[in-house]
Amino acid sequence: MDFTIDAEQKALVKAARDLISNVYDSSETRRAITKTEPGFAAWEQLAEMGLLSLPFEATAVETSLVAEELGKVIAPDPFVEAVVFAGGLAAAVGDEALSESIADGSTLAIVAWAEPGSRWSTTPSAVTFADGVLNGVKAPVVQAERADVLIVSAATAEGTGLFVVRDGYSVETVRSIDGSRSGTVTFTNTPAEPLGAGGDQAGVLNLALDRARIAYAHEALGSMQTCLETTVGYLKTRKQFGVTLNSFQALNFRAADMYVALELARSVITWATIVAADEGSTPEAVASAASQAALHVSVAGRHIGQDAVQLHGGIAMTAEYSVGHHLARLTAIEHVIGDGAFHRARLAAVVGEHGVLDPIG
Amino acid sequence: MRLQLSAEDQAFREEMRTFFTTQVPQWIRDSVINQEEPTKELMVESQRILNAAGLAVPAWPVEWGGRDWTQLQKHIWHEELQLAGVPEPLAFNASMVGPVIATFGSQEIKERFLPATANMDIWWSQGFSEPDAGSDLASLRTTAIKDGDHYVVNGQKTWTTLGQYGDWIFTLVRTNPEAAKRQQGISFLLIDMTTPGLTVRPIELIDGSVEVNEVFFDNVRVPVENLVGEENRGWDYAKFLLGNERVGIARVGSTKRVLAETKERAKELGVFEQFAERIVDLENQVLALDLTALRVAANSNEGRPDPVSSVLKIKGSVLTQAVSELAVDIEGPAAVADHLSLVYLNNRKTSIYGGSNEIQRTIIAGTILGL
Repeated sequence: MDFTIDAEQKALVKAARDLISNVYDSSETRRAITKTEPGFAAWEQLAEMGLLSLPFEATAVETSLVAEELGKVIAPDPFVEAVVFAGGLAAAVGDEALSESIADGSTLAIVAWAEPGSRWSTTPSAVTFADGVLNGVKAPVVQAERADVLIVSAATAEGTGLFVVRDGYSVETVRSIDGSRSGTVTFTNTPAEPLGAGGDQAGVLNLALDRARIAYAHEALGSMQTCLETTVGYLKTRKQFGVTLNSFQALNFRAADMYVALELARSVITWATIVAADEGSTPEAVASAASQAALHVSVAGRHIGQDAVQLHGGIAMTAEYSVGHHLARLTAIEHVIGDGAFHRARLAAVVGEHGVLDPIG
Repeated sequence: MRLQLSAEDQAFREEMRTFFTTQVPQWIRDSVINQEEPTKELMVESQRILNAAGLAVPAWPVEWGGRDWTQLQKHIWHEELQLAGVPEPLAFNASMVGPVIATFGSQEIKERFLPATANMDIWWSQGFSEPDAGSDLASLRTTAIKDGDHYVVNGQKTWTTLGQYGDWIFTLVRTNPEAAKRQQGISFLLIDMTTPGLTVRPIELIDGSVEVNEVFFDNVRVPVENLVGEENRGWDYAKFLLGNERVGIARVGSTKRVLAETKERAKELGVFEQFAERIVDLENQVLALDLTALRVAANSNEGRPDPVSSVLKIKGSVLTQAVSELAVDIEGPAAVADHLSLVYLNNRKTSIYGGSNEIQRTIIAGTILGL
């Protein structure tokens, strides 16, 4: 078991951090960008630096490291959605043309898997495929309107099919709480091509989603780290009663508890990436690791995000200040990847199958 | 990053697992697994088996029985030992006084004490806390006044764990009441517990056990050669000792084993489904503790305590408590007269000893966050 990152990975982190913190140089810059379409601004530069090709050329470690850097400034670019998740599906089924166009940034692909009222089930029922066309509704679909390509899960005679759609559907878009865009996509006799060889793709979809969950967890981890750092900085400088806030033990202890939660979450989320990157890991092992990581996103994300706001006081309630946006993004991530109750239930279904949980492969 | 242990560490883990599960008698491991109060006989026999195999004091310098292992290997040794239900080498000997003597003691005092300490020919007790010096340890008042070639010790220590078995006690005593700072007048003194004037009085705890004691010193005469290191430098040695104590205190292996046993018990009683999500939450947190301990082990350089060890102390103690709380709840009404409920009560100590969790938060806020 080894948690260290090598020199090449360190260089990758630094390059990604420099690029992202240049585009989103302040919370106000980010806020302004999310208010204009499509709501993100670093995509071309991410493509130029080659970061969009990472999922096809590197391991889960590299994509997670980049996702964590994006999370530190809650960059709104759909890196995990488009590259890790949609790209992961394209690579898994061996669609080289789609993979290449995702990797070079020319195609923004988004997976439309969630269905209204189905919570986090990956078994489609509202959208069906027959006779070469899709019918039904998918929602929420992140950045559906901006997407060049949708990869759509649909019920077929064989089970869960995955289909590529470029046009012939309608999208209703609303702004989501984290400044992103959330679409309701309606397919009406929409022509669709099977992704890859076709057939039942439930296993492919679930594995790609679990790998995306782990990358999302790193985004959340980066955001949690910023929440703590910002809060600690504030406690050291903000004065009340003639002294800085770090004169008060009650506040310092809460910051210490945030640190404990952050470091414990970092261990599990990083371990989940190591599981995902290991070639010997079964889909079941990746699913369990993703749920363990997601449970930390839920528990630690709420704890750290909420206390970051509380320890700042009123200033954190304003849109001009950063930590409230982090709480919004943490809340959104949790509800995209599945909340604590969902992942608890998923783990509860298998927790009786082992005695001692051994994290070493 | 890599999921597997290296081939070398994998082999090391197998070697440890095989030794602990085959060379330590079953009656000893059963007693630990059943969470019984350890007897002196059990502790001594177990540690001597480990010591004969070079597995009792791996963290010590090699010339005194330590092993030239990596931090990760020391972590694996510790975790496998706990998973197998092997009693930990007595902390007062193996992780407290031993490393202090090995690091700060004279050659003469090392030769006199270290082999006997590793082999449990001496059972050490700890004389740090006093009735008015708990978390504020530096306010201790037990004095040691020089009289010729002896110190004359007067005062009282308390919370001396298993002091009823103690042969010797290592103490913090005030040798210079006039020092500018109170931390500067403290020395680290070794005292034979059979010396006239020394009395041990047991304290019954909330679980009915007699695990801790008061120790009284009434004009106890201690030869000056029993001083460790330099006079009035004892506070530095104590800080070194307490930093070591925090690292081992997380008890990850034990908590993993007890949680696995608790799952089996829930199945036996037919209540597994009802407790499954609570078990998931605990396992999720134990996983985090386990992985954090691995990260800390891999990062430790030169055996210097990592400030992150405060995270391990806080979370390790809270999880020890939470798992025993789960075990009580699983028993249902039978818990009112069950041994597991006594274990639960006893485990409330874990967030108090070794520097209370509030002291650890102070360390995190100050040392790590700079608050």
